Amino acid sequence: MPIFTFREPGWSPDQELERLQRRMGRLFEDTFGPGLALWRPGVYPLVNISEDHDYLYVRAELPGINPQEMEITVHEGNLILRGQRKIPAEEKDVNYHRRERESGYFRRVVNLPMPVNPDKVEATYKDGILTVKLAKPEEIKPRVIKVQSA
Amino acid sequence: MAETELKPKAKEEAPAKGERVRPGRVFLPAVDIFETPEALTLVADMPGVASGKVTLDIKDNHLIISGEISPPMAPGETRLAQEYYTGDFQREFHLGAIIDQARIEASMKDGVLRLLLPKAEKAKPRKIEVKVG
Repeated sequence: MPIFTFREPGWSPDQELERLQRRMGRLFEDTFGPGLALWRPGVYPLVNISEDHDYLYVRAELPGINPQEMEITVHEGNLILRGQRKIPAEEKDVNYHRRERESGYFRRVVNLPMPVNPDKVEATYKDGILTVKLAKPEEIKPRVIKVQSA
Repeated sequence: MAETELKPKAKEEAPAKGERVRPGRVFLPAVDIFETPEALTLVADMPGVASGKVTLDIKDNHLIISGEISPPMAPGETRLAQEYYTGDFQREFHLGAIIDQARIEASMKDGVLRLLLPKAEKAKPRKIEVKVG
């Protein structure tokens, strides 16, 4: 009995999914430009990560938070950001026109893209932006290799 | 503690209006606006905006708040991952009351702008007594 199938030879669901993902990624890049495709983990706060020669920087927009209510931990290649945003209640006789700002707690794990020295981590909070500066260990820093003539 | 977990939200881009000279995106800040008989208070989240970089533009009952952000990265940094966009903030409001511009108070702390807009005398609500005839 012949087995009839619509599938092309070599078709597999895994491959098809991968192909679709690649195509979606390309579509995103075409629309928003390279390197701007957003990766959304769906956990507050959203972070931007950058690097220079010596450090890795993780930044998050956390307006109106008491720095004392933030807890930053580096653990096994992860950066853990925990804290709470409080919006103090206004007087009782106020009436709201808009209420868009939200309060609550957050617990976010950020997978660091490279190993860091856990003893050399600094966090600063300025104008509502948290910046965590993580030192790269010596062994992963880029090194210039000189070409020697034989 | 009846606190809820914060959910990430994509910043909403401000509708394009006029032609901006400064390059980059413009976002709408999240705001709380509340009213008492004496004043309107507006609280806006504008992370990355230093206290000297806020502009208020009030004309009659039309208010525009704008904030310019400091550069999101130091020179020499390379971006590795981006989950949020950065850009200036701007938002316009039509206030329901006439504001006494001389008594406006503004403060900026940790990326949060707080504006106290006192109502002009004639705009305050008056209690009208109903006479029993």
